Formats: sequence, C-alpha cells, structure tokens
Amino acid sequence: MSIAAKANALWEYANPRKFLATSERVMPFFWITSIACIVVGLIWGFFFTPDDYKQGSTVKIIYLHVPAALMAINCWLMMLATSLVWLVRRHHVSALAARAAAPIGIVMTLIALATGAIWGQPMWGTWWAWDPRLTSFLILFLFYLGYVALWEAIEDPDTAADLTSVLCLVGSVFALLSRYAVNFWNQGLHQGASVMRAAAVTGADTEEKVSNIYFYPLLLCMIGFVLLFIALVLYRTGTEIRARRIKALLARERVNG
Amino acid sequence: MIALLLRDLKLALRAGGGFGLGLAFFLIVTVLVPFSVGPQSSLLSTIAPGILWLGALLACLLSLDRLLALDWEDGSLDLLATAPLPLESVVTIKALAHWLTTGLPLVLAAPFLGVLLNLPVPGFSWLVISLLIGTPAMSVIGTFGAALTVGLKRGGLLLSLLVLPLYVPTLIFGAEVARRGAMGMETQTPLLMLAGITAATIALLPFASAAVLRINLR
Repeated sequence: MSIAAKANALWEYANPRKFLATSERVMPFFWITSIACIVVGLIWGFFFTPDDYKQGSTVKIIYLHVPAALMAINCWLMMLATSLVWLVRRHHVSALAARAAAPIGIVMTLIALATGAIWGQPMWGTWWAWDPRLTSFLILFLFYLGYVALWEAIEDPDTAADLTSVLCLVGSVFALLSRYAVNFWNQGLHQGASVMRAAAVTGADTEEKVSNIYFYPLLLCMIGFVLLFIALVLYRTGTEIRARRIKALLARERVNG
Repeated sequence: MIALLLRDLKLALRAGGGFGLGLAFFLIVTVLVPFSVGPQSSLLSTIAPGILWLGALLACLLSLDRLLALDWEDGSLDLLATAPLPLESVVTIKALAHWLTTGLPLVLAAPFLGVLLNLPVPGFSWLVISLLIGTPAMSVIGTFGAALTVGLKRGGLLLSLLVLPLYVPTLIFGAEVARRGAMGMETQTPLLMLAGITAATIALLPFASAAVLRINLR
C-alpha cells in the first residue's frame, strides 16, 4: 500500500460506523494493557524500589504525578489536532473526540496538581508555590474549564464544534504565551524560585535526575497512562457518537409521530 | 469604517452607563482594596501597580458583553455582516470603539486612583504607559470572547471564564512594567513583550473573531 493510500485508509475512520466498529475491536487491548502497565508499574514503583536518600518514600508519588502531567499536556495537543481536523475536513468524529478528551484532560490536570501539592507539602514545606510550572498548570486547567463550558453552553452541535475548535486554536497560542510569561514573571518576582525548580517536575528533568531504578517503573506508568488515555478517549467518543444518534432518532420520532 | 466607528462611539456615549460604568467600577475596586488589606501606606504602595492593573482589567471585562450583544439583539450585526465592509474590519472597529470608550478612560483615570493607593512617584508614568500599551490588547481579546459568546443567552459569565485566561500574558507583562517602574527598575524587557503581545493580537485576533462571528451568524 502506498503512503497516499494509507493516509486515505486513515480518513475512513471519519465514518462513525467504521470508527465504532474498529474502536470496539481494539478497546479491550488498550484497557487490558493500560491497566496491566499501571498496576505493574505502581506495584514495582511503590514496593520494589528503595526510598530516596533525601526525599524518603515521598518520592514515589512521582509514579502518578509525572504520567498525569504528561497526559494533561498531551491531551490538549490531541484536542488541538482533532480541532484542526474538524475545521479543515469537517469530520464529526474528530470534533466529538476533542469534546470527549477535554474532561479527561481536566482530571489529569487535577491529578497532577493534587499529587504535586501532596508531594510539595513535605518536600518544599508548602502545598502551593507560585512556581512557573505549577502556575502554568493552573492556567491550563482554566483553559480546559473554559473549553468544556463553551461546549456545554451551545445547543447546536456543529456551531459548538466550530466555536470550541477556534477557541482551542487561539487558546493554544495563549497557553504557550502564558507559559513563557509565567516563567518571566516568577523570575522577576522572587529570585529564589530556582530552589523550587530543582525538584524536577517534567519528564525531561526526571530522565537526567532520576536514577534507573526509579525510571523503569516510571516509564511503565507513563506508557500505562498513555494507553489508558487512548482507551478512555475511544470509549467516550463512542458514547458521544451514540448520544448524537439517539438525539437524531428522537428528533425523527417527533417528526413522524 | 469611520461611520461605523462614530456610530459605536455615539451609542456608547448616549446609551447611558456604558461610558461611565467601567470607570465607576474601576474606582470602586480601587477604593475597596484598602478596606480588604488595611490602610498601611507601605503595603498599599507595594501592591498599587498590580491592583490598578487588575482593576483596569476587570473594568474592561465588565463592558465586554455589551460589545456585540446589543447589535446582535437588534439585528444590526446581520446587516454589518452583509455590508461591503469585511467582517474583520467590523470587528477591529468594534474593538477600537471599545478601547476608546473603555480602555482610554481607564488609562486616564489610573493616575488619580494611583494617588489613592499611594503609588510611588516614578510609577505614575510607567503605569500610564503600560496601560496605554496593554489596554488595546484587552479590547481585541475581549472582542474575540464577545464574538464567541454572542449568541448565548447567559453569555456574560461564560465570557469572563473564556477571556480571563487569555488576559494572563497581558496582565503579567503589563503589571510587571508598572511594578518595576514604581520601584525604579529597568522596564524595557516587559515593556517590549507587552507591546509585542498587543501588536500580535491586533494583527491576528480580528481574523479569529471574524471567523467566530461568521459561525455564530450562520
């Protein structure tokens, strides 16, 4: 199969029926592998890795914190991609996938913020600090809230899909801008912020700072969260498609009856 | 274009409230701050630039739901959309009218409210400069938010939820200019960033607003 033909084959999933059939076939695989990865990763991480010499056993919250933070950002990226697909090619499945992903993103952001606070309390002596990373996550959370609220507020599904897609595009630019603005603002506000940042929060820092004993279970958890996210998005997109079908059936019934 | 601008300005001036409401809100917020944090002048002068920026931002937000909603209700927005003028220019003019009736008065009022909050003397000019550069961005971003929520019945609250996160970069850099200016520090970097954000939003965001408005008018 040539590349063009393969690309065409990908677009076939824009057909809701095909999407539902395939997603239902592959979903069990995603559910099982994700749960297996997370369970094995967490048990390995919690019980079979030594305590950190400085942080003690609190370091182990990393196995929830980092994967959740990873998915919180990637979920928005996925929504951005599906919004673009909707705006360009008008595939309903794409818009519905973006809608389905947003609440998952909210939950992931909340998990990242909550576990971060629980981790920060014994380590930094505070539940919350206006550190750039923490702050930009809070802003990301606000963007998610606005996005979901806009979906809920508009009755006509196509208008809602259009408006939320544009909001997602504009929001992405501003979220990125806020990320850098916040970085600048904090350095300007208190110089001591570098102490806070030494406690690695992103995956990039972790790879450098976390030794291999912690890294492999963490990697397993991250893979597990990615698979879990895919499974949840497929599941919720299926629900959205069915909800819309029911609405169409009800509308037809009203017309005929 | 000029006719549209004059029409919007006249409406804002004569339709009562629109012009003064934002200013009054700005004044009230500023007056309430000492009640909530205490009257110590040293504390007030530290937080004055940030409070004034936040007050201006909220006052700007307050008038946004009137920006397009009135034209939407009486149908003139449909006429504007079918007019030979591209919708992008209509949106830009609307933002300009909003800035002239809301942003500019706020800029002019800010120094007087600065006195109330014991703003340090070098801070006055920087406060005015930063607001002068930052408020156009707030009007343009606000127009985008207003265009998003124009067809909704209870759009007001949603509008603030959508627009406030978009205000974050402007607020950060703007308040930073005012704060640094008040403390007598170098302000060039945040000032340039603020100006860059304003220029970029004015250049790009009207297209998004017009696109959103077209969807809503469909």
